[in-house]
This record gives sequence, C-alpha cells and structure tokens, in this order.
Amino acid sequence: MQPKSAAAGVEFVERSSFVRSDTTQKLLAFASLIVLFVGFSLASPNFARFNNIVGILLSTAVNGILAVGVSFVIVTGGIDLSVGTVMTLCSVMTGVVISFWGLPIPLGILAGLATGALCGCVNGTCVAKLRLPPFIATLGMMMVSKGLSLVISGTKPIYFLATPAFRQIAMGTIFGIPYAVFIFFGAAVIASLILTRTIVGRYAFALGSNEEAARLSGINVDRWKIGIYTLEGLFVGLAGIVMASRLNSAQPALGQGYELEAIAAVVIGGTSLSGGEGSILGTIIGAFIMSVLTNGLRILSIPQEWQTVVIGIIVILAVYTDILRRQGR
Amino acid sequence: MIPLFGLYVLFPTRRNFAPLNIFIGREPLKAGFVLNEKQLNQQAQELLDRMNLDLDPRARVGDLTVAKQQMVEIVRALSFQSEVLIMDEPTSMLTDSEIQELFRIIRELRAQGVGIVHISHRMEELKQIADRVTVLRDGQYIATVSTEEVTIDEIISMMVGKEIYETARTSKLDVDSEVILEVRNLNRSREIKDVSFELRRGEILGFAGLVGAGRTEVARAIFGADPVDSGEIYVHGQRVEIRSPHDAVRYGIGYLSEDRRRYGLMPTLDVSTNIAAAALERFTGVMGWLLHAQIQRTAQAQVSDLSIRTPTLEQRVRYLSGGNQQKVVMAKWLVRNCEILIFDEPTRGIDVGAKSEIYKLLNDLAESGKGIIMISSEMPEILRMSHRIIVMCEGQITGELPAAEATQERILQYATRRESIARQ
Repeated sequence: MQPKSAAAGVEFVERSSFVRSDTTQKLLAFASLIVLFVGFSLASPNFARFNNIVGILLSTAVNGILAVGVSFVIVTGGIDLSVGTVMTLCSVMTGVVISFWGLPIPLGILAGLATGALCGCVNGTCVAKLRLPPFIATLGMMMVSKGLSLVISGTKPIYFLATPAFRQIAMGTIFGIPYAVFIFFGAAVIASLILTRTIVGRYAFALGSNEEAARLSGINVDRWKIGIYTLEGLFVGLAGIVMASRLNSAQPALGQGYELEAIAAVVIGGTSLSGGEGSILGTIIGAFIMSVLTNGLRILSIPQEWQTVVIGIIVILAVYTDILRRQGR
Repeated sequence: MIPLFGLYVLFPTRRNFAPLNIFIGREPLKAGFVLNEKQLNQQAQELLDRMNLDLDPRARVGDLTVAKQQMVEIVRALSFQSEVLIMDEPTSMLTDSEIQELFRIIRELRAQGVGIVHISHRMEELKQIADRVTVLRDGQYIATVSTEEVTIDEIISMMVGKEIYETARTSKLDVDSEVILEVRNLNRSREIKDVSFELRRGEILGFAGLVGAGRTEVARAIFGADPVDSGEIYVHGQRVEIRSPHDAVRYGIGYLSEDRRRYGLMPTLDVSTNIAAAALERFTGVMGWLLHAQIQRTAQAQVSDLSIRTPTLEQRVRYLSGGNQQKVVMAKWLVRNCEILIFDEPTRGIDVGAKSEIYKLLNDLAESGKGIIMISSEMPEILRMSHRIIVMCEGQITGELPAAEATQERILQYATRRESIARQ
C-alpha cells in the first residue's frame, strides 16, 4: 500500500500546479487591467483624473450589467445573442409605461424587468424544450426584439420629459459618482452570490460542465435551464432601465452590437465559452478592460476605428490563452 | 485526387444516396471538382450487379433497412478492390432472413476469392458460415480450429480458459426479503425485448452477457434515461411511471453509468459538488442558498467512508484517478440514499486496489438492505459478487442462474444463445 499512496502523492503535486493555472486567466486579466491603467496614466495626464475615472465607471455600467447577466448563460455552455436588442426592448417598454401611459416610475421599472425576464424565459424554453441550439434561438430573439422595439415605439425615441426623477436612477450622484455605477456594482455582487452560493448557480456550472451527467443525476435540467435564462433576462432588463435613465430616453434603434461587447467582456474575464467555468469578478474585469481601452485610446486621440481593432485583437488573445491553458492539462 | 470540398463533411452519410456513400472521398469528378453523377451511378450499379444485389442506387441510405445499409457498407468495402473483408458483428442487427441473405453474399464473395474475417459471438452462426474459427480471450490469441472438427461446447471452453477464478459467493440472501424492484415486459425497439425480472432487498443481481447484449440499455430504460416502447416498473410493489432520470431518482433509483466521464461526472466541478449533485436540493436553505457547511460535512464523510483519495474537497474531479472518480460517483448515489442501485461496469478502468474496495462497498451496501443490479462483462466479478445472475443476449434474457449453480461455461452458453437459431 505504501508505494501506491506515494505515487498518488506525486500525482497530486503535479496536478495541483494545473489547478493553479485555472486562476491564471483571471490573474492575467487583472494584471492586464492594471498595466493598461498605469500605461494610460503615464501616457496622458488626463487619464487618471477623477472625472475621467468616473466616466469610465459610468460607461462600463450598462455593458457590465449585460455581461454579468450573459455570464450565467455562458457558464451553462450556452450563448445569448439577444441581450443587446432585448435590453433596448426593455428600455422601450419602460418608456411606454412611464411616458405613454403616464404610470408611476416603479411600474415602469417593473415593466422593464418583466420584459427582460419574459424574453429570457422564451429563450430558455426554446433551448431546453424545443432543443434549439442557443445560438439560433437567441439569434431569432435578437431579431424579434429589435423589430418589436421599433414597432412599439413607432421607430422614434421615447423621452422621459415629464418625469425628471427617472433620470436620477442612473445619473443621480453620491460624492460625484453616478448611481448607475452603484447599481452596476450592486448587480455584480448579487450575481456573484447567486452564481457561487445558491443552487441556481451551482446547477448553472453543472449544466455547463456536463449536461448529460447533470440529467443523469436526477437534476431537472430543462426547468433549471429556463430558470437561468430568465434570471439572465432580469439583468438585461436592469441594463435596459439604466440605459434609458442615462440617456433620459428609450432609443429603439440602439442595442445591436451590445451583445457582442458583453460576450467579449465575459470571455476576456476568463469564462470559458464551453461552459462549466467562470466568475462574475472575471466578467467585471473583462468589462473594465474594454472600457479602459476605449477611453484611453480616445484620450490618446487614436481614432475610434482603431479602438475596435484593438478590442478585437484582445478578444482573440483572451480566447487563445484560454485554449493554451486547456492544452496544458 | 483530392476533391475541393470535403464531401465527408458536407453530406452526413445516412442522408445520402447509396452511390455517394460507396465512393465517398473518391467520387469520379469532372474538371477536378464537379461531381460526375452519371459515372458514379454507373460504377455503383456495376458493383451492385456483381453482388446480385437488388438495390436502387438512387435510394437514400437512411431510408433503407439496416440490412440493406449493411449491404451498402459491404459494397463500399468491395469498391476498394478488397481481397480481405473484415466484418465486425455484421448480423447483430439483422433478422433471420436478412442473415441468410448476408450469408449468401458472403459465400458469393468467398467464391470470387475474397477472404473474410467474420467477428461474431454467435456460435451457431460460426458453424454455418465459417471455415475456421479463431478464439481470442482478453486480447490474447488462444487457438485456431477448423469449424468442422470442433463442437460449440469446445469453442466455449476455449473462450473460458482454464484459470482458477474465485468461487461463487455462498449466498447469504434471505430469499423471502421484499421485492423492491420489479420490471415486467420491458420493450424498446430492437434493443430490449420483453425483459422481466425482480430485485430483492439486500440482493446483488448480476447482469451478465457479451458487449452489446442490451444490459446497459435495460439499465438506462429503467432509469428513465431513454424512452421505452412498453413495459411496467414496480417499486416496492407500486406501479411507477418513470419518464426521466429525475423521476427515477425520486423513486430511489440510482444509476452509475459504464462511462463515468461522459455520464457520471462534472469534470470542471469540485469533489464536494459532485458528491452532493444528486441531492443538492436537500442542502438548500431559503432563496436557494446552499448550506455550504452541510455539503462539506457530507462530502467529507463520504470521502473518508469510501477512502476517496483527494487532496481537498475543492479539488476538481477531473484531476482524480479513475478509481477515485468512480467512488465519487458512487458517493453521489449514497448521499441521495437510493434504495435501488444500478452499477454498470463499476470496476471498468480501475486499478486492482480500488476494485477490491468497490467490491467490499457493494457487499456492505447489499448487507445494509439496498438492492443492487450489477452489470459486468467480467465473468469472475459476476460470479464472485452476485447472489443471482441474469444472462442477456441480444436484448433478451436468455437465462437466470442462482450463484450456486453458475459457472462461466453456463453463463457463456446463455450469453451466446440466439433463440431463433437455437430453436431450429
């Protein structure tokens, strides 16, 4: 028995070094964020100013909340292409309730969240019950929600002119920091707790790690999957409300493209697109990397077109390091 | 010549027409990349004619019967001008008349000078079609004999070998103990044919048979992992409807799959989550909050009880050895406290030390009053562990032996018995 356990000991030593590499991506992402921050601070005196930092935080909020939401779905091994346009639909519904119908602001917020949850529920049902690939189901939802936004709003922006308080949801400030930033951080903390400390989160990981094994463990896979997409929808609804509040209007033509930025943030943060791994903290770091880059490059007067190119390269590098990490096993 | 487009990828074979299947990857082409359909059909027809096969080259392979699909496969093999043809269990999916048709073709090929290796576990068939028989056992060559000079019993004894295996257990089972699982007339397409049996409290019921006998299919059907065509399942005498593993687990049935990596483990998750996976809802407080300390305590108890070797409970199961992974899957069902446990090849790919630990665990579980179905392709294991042995062949139960009467020879006789041929 003695030599055998010794061999097992060797095995563990070797393997635990790989375990450490599971956190490599997150550390790498965090290190990149620091390097970018320091680099831009040195390159331009305007970067590290309070107002600019607040600007970065504010510009991360909407994409950050979206990315947090889509993290849930990506952890299950799925994908959601509809978050950008569903977010817009949520803004529009909030606008309809508050500005068209003149109902109180809380009802408008409720409408926005409910719209998001409903769209998520439909996505989840298509994936779980109709067995559509998530890519296709959410691609359909992307088009449907985009169209609905335009139809409902009559293709025109809905302004919240009669309700100045609505703008305060995102743009009111404490110590010069807009509420939107606090909403973002609050959402992130709640999402992180859900993902790591509750049964929904644990099942999300289980589905992403091995859906068939989860099913054969007696887990009602379909039900939980629908639940997870619905939960994601709530975050998308929240992003829609923050977006509408920040712009003081629901812009039906906006939204497309946000889904890819959200997915990019998740991927840069080290969440694997094949599911079963990932963290909200990583996603937030990913979202910040993207907005720091955008902001920093703008301050350095690098044209916006180039910013897109750089972010594209970052996404490719992030996924490639993820692949390298996997091969290391 | 390599076609421009990977036709392998473009056309899933069963959707396609027979000629494309036959010449896939080597299609006659026009101008280097356009499919020459006329020539293709012509070449296919020539081959079909050579075999005296009545097959429309324009039929989609997916629409043909299994037998006809197999003919297409054979024609494809012949299109390589093969001199040797290796057929692995070609008759396993065929009906009697189809088998006779296949044998006619095999004889025709033999007359044309093609050498044929026919892999089969059907003894009667070997007598019908083979000139010589080679016996392999556990990857080792045993002997080659002329079919005419050997009896089926002699072949079976070569398959069994002369090693001394441990003797059967002395059955300690109380024969009057409660029947906790009863399966009546289970049917599922061609895979499960009219399977009925009972499992008692405290019993280890061995399921023996050759690979492909339908044992795993029966297990998955009982567990609700695959739908069934007909059949009744009773748990503690109560008729139950099991439509999904979720239902089965609710009725106290646990299933340990033969392929733990694919069906048993969540490789990227930690040991404690994997152990708690089937009972997670029990460890949940308000708002779905997980009771972390309880999960850890339960997992820790299983890790020590089953001596699962892992550095911590947070270790991802992917990094455990095969034996320890298997114990994690077992622990999952123990935590769920299932009364009826189906263990499908529980010691596959596991080192000897872990094996004997698992045997001990199985015995302990049976003694504690659980009913265990153990599917195993290892004869010594089946003989050593089971109170009673059910033997399956081609989806049917072909025999049932109490441990005291079971021998390798008798199991193999049942395992290679094909009802329809045996009756002739």
